[in-house]
Amino acid sequence: MLNTAADRVALASRRILVAEPSTAESTKKLQRSAAANVVCGFSLAGICLLAFSLRLFSVIKYESVIHEFDPYFNYRVTQFLTKEGFYNLWNWFDDRTWYPLGRVIGGTVYPGLIWTAGIMWNVLHFFNIPIHVQEVCVFTAPLFSAFCALTTYFLAKEVRNQGAGLFAALFAASVPSYISRSVAGSYDNEGVAIFALVLVFFLYVKTINTGSLAWATANALSYFYMVASWGGYSFIINLLPIHCLACIFLGRMNSRLYVAYAPFIILGTIEAASIPVVGFNAVLMSEHFGSFLAFGVLHAAMGMQYIKHILPAKTYNAAKALALSAGVAFMAVVAVLMVGYVMASPTFGWTGRSLSLLDPTYASKYIPIIASVSEHQPPAWNSYFTDVHILVLLAPLGLIACFRPMTDASLFLILYGVTAVYFSGVMVRLMLVLAPATCCLGGIAADQILNTFCKSIRPEEGSGGWVGLIKTWMDGEESAAQSDSVSVDSRPSSSTSSAPSGKRQKSGKNKYKEAATKEAEASPFNAFNLFGGTKDKLPRDVGIIGALFFFGMLVFYVFHCCWVSAEMYSAPSIVLQSRSPQGGVHVFDDFREAYGWLRHNTDEEAKVASWWDYGYQTTAMANRSVIVDNNTWNNTHIATVGRAMASPEHQAWQIYRDLDVKYVLVVFGGFVGYPSDDINKFLWMVRIGGGVFPDIKEPDYLGERGYTIDDKAGKAMLDCIMYKMSYYRFAEAAQMATGRYGFDRVRNTNIGVTDISLKYFEEVYTTEHWMVRIFEVKDQPSRDVQADTSKKAKKTLKRVSPSGKNRTPPVW
Amino acid sequence: MDALNDILRSFRGEYNKTPVKIQVLDCFLVYAVFTGLVQVAHLLLVGSFPFNSFLAGFLSCVAFCVLTVCLRMQVDPSNADFKGMSPERAFADYVLCNGLLHLVIWNFMG
Repeated sequence: MLNTAADRVALASRRILVAEPSTAESTKKLQRSAAANVVCGFSLAGICLLAFSLRLFSVIKYESVIHEFDPYFNYRVTQFLTKEGFYNLWNWFDDRTWYPLGRVIGGTVYPGLIWTAGIMWNVLHFFNIPIHVQEVCVFTAPLFSAFCALTTYFLAKEVRNQGAGLFAALFAASVPSYISRSVAGSYDNEGVAIFALVLVFFLYVKTINTGSLAWATANALSYFYMVASWGGYSFIINLLPIHCLACIFLGRMNSRLYVAYAPFIILGTIEAASIPVVGFNAVLMSEHFGSFLAFGVLHAAMGMQYIKHILPAKTYNAAKALALSAGVAFMAVVAVLMVGYVMASPTFGWTGRSLSLLDPTYASKYIPIIASVSEHQPPAWNSYFTDVHILVLLAPLGLIACFRPMTDASLFLILYGVTAVYFSGVMVRLMLVLAPATCCLGGIAADQILNTFCKSIRPEEGSGGWVGLIKTWMDGEESAAQSDSVSVDSRPSSSTSSAPSGKRQKSGKNKYKEAATKEAEASPFNAFNLFGGTKDKLPRDVGIIGALFFFGMLVFYVFHCCWVSAEMYSAPSIVLQSRSPQGGVHVFDDFREAYGWLRHNTDEEAKVASWWDYGYQTTAMANRSVIVDNNTWNNTHIATVGRAMASPEHQAWQIYRDLDVKYVLVVFGGFVGYPSDDINKFLWMVRIGGGVFPDIKEPDYLGERGYTIDDKAGKAMLDCIMYKMSYYRFAEAAQMATGRYGFDRVRNTNIGVTDISLKYFEEVYTTEHWMVRIFEVKDQPSRDVQADTSKKAKKTLKRVSPSGKNRTPPVW
Repeated sequence: MDALNDILRSFRGEYNKTPVKIQVLDCFLVYAVFTGLVQVAHLLLVGSFPFNSFLAGFLSCVAFCVLTVCLRMQVDPSNADFKGMSPERAFADYVLCNGLLHLVIWNFMG
């Protein structure tokens, strides 16, 4: 295929060697391609630099710190890897989390990201560059986003051409939905997994185009890296079978498809089974059955093709009939077995997370934990525009452009785009998988648009210009008649039978129709012409204005991405900022303050109980054992903590004593107006606890006006330990800060019960802005209960609202 | 029955026209399929423990078959899909892919 510039250069150089005439023209072409390649290389370097630097806003605005919740777990595991080594990580049993159950880290973590950072740290230390492992972790994601932009270039180049590749790389470097999960500090699986995803797709398309097993080997290796990195690998293992089946049923099957698909599936299955977290699920779970089915269908189709190739026609028909009947019988047996196996499991063999993708209502009905995570909610319409901006317009155009002409590679891109759009509509987190698809499709569309405009601007060939346009319209009918008569001479069987003269003939409807279609084809404003036909150029002025307009749109796009990256996606959410009325910046560092206090002022073996959102941060920064954390693998354990938080003081004390808990941690935002606090998440605690323990009933916690904390709140709400711990000593403090006794700044009401006394718990620490409160579980209830009335000085503070990832959404 | 005999005879006649190199590859294929079937028979008779060893062995037979079929298609001169590929290049790719396959199998066998 003469798709790449390199191929054109090779062909041109071959022509020169064979001493063909018109060498001047081919040298010029050679020089032009060489110059194009140099410009392309420099542009790619610039794009990689752009990708890296767009993600550094949080490091500049705050500091080089790890964000959110999940990255703290990954950071802790990476620390362990760099200290203890590879094999100890494989065999690590973590006893400082999910007390008293513990967690088998080796078997439940996706190690790809950890290995990547560990290898980079080891390489740096081998060359005696003493970078701390936290810095390596913080900057892993921006580095791999630069690699992802490069890989998107190669993917779009394989599908279409170099120009589409460059545009796709530019879009991928700056598309906001990818930035949101790969800023510096967001040390999460997706940072490297999206790079691995695009790499697998690129190598698959390359193998289909070249048919070489070497590329298939590289594809299998990259798939191994993808499975090691992210649970989203099941998207790949289901998309590729869909593409394979589409190729077979559209008649596009050839041997190169077999070389691309079959070795990949088998090698991929064994590699996936080698990663402990996947293990035997690679052959036993429904997610992979699609790939085996397509494998079988591909073999059957290839076999039929081979027999057709080898046998004469008559025998082939007989063989086909025989094979079909045998095949149908065999498939029936297999289908019965599979249906029996699949029906035996309550979820039809799918894991809970996958089922919640296929049936969006599944999680809210059966698994409230999955439903409660904020990034598992469906996206709002405006988040599409915020996250991919002009690609919302360009990607559908690219989808159409992929059909003309359709190759195996562009068919793959079409399927990728459509499936990604569906899944992004189910879960906002999967907008991330949509991003590379829209970038490639948008790149193809942008390339063709700009191609048309630039061809119109070029002054050489073509009948461009306004004069030419008017001439075409005026001469349209005459020239149609003339060409008609000419064609009558050359094709005597034509339906028209006019005399060969230059005047318009009115004989027969066909003549008018032919003239009309010719005129329509000749018009430059025909949509088909704009998208691939270069029969007629646009007028030069239209080309210039169009190109300027298009570049203006791109400028807006880059502006938007920079703004979104700086304002929306750079918040570490462990440190918060707000602006004071004088314009200065006030920093809320309460979380790290609390974890630091725990680290330095409590016993090494003390257990800390809190809601699962804070588990990872507590183990990583405070270095204490926790009861539940963000992994949420044990619903009953989480429900126990939820029940404890929702119970009156004596029952809660009992439950915590049974779990050996020494300290309880709650997050409270009513003092400064922080809306993601535990009182706002409390209904989820009730629902999850009530899902397992039937004595916790949600209606008990709702008051006359629904869920409130004022004096009209439900009785169980005012009695529960969460309410008491949040508002202990709060009334006086609020009086000092806002002048209103017991005014909660998040709920915007006065609290119902202001004189709270705790008999079984003792407050041991409250952070500067009252955002984290730590209570000790006493051995014996205190005999003399008194409310504490110490006061602290407060400043007037505005409300802050951080973005929420992997935490329960506020019910408010 | 008659039709089946007819088909088989005609198939054998046509198959004898394929080059000897390809027929040698087909022998490899038959051998690998036979090994795979023996392993499945062992699974059905004796049981599936340890399952990872069975998976490693069986999938290595299947993968070897797949790779040999790929090599066969690339080396067959009557196949028009692999225009620019020389048989030496095809064989080198084949060796590379088999190297990766056996590395992964060896790791997974336990």
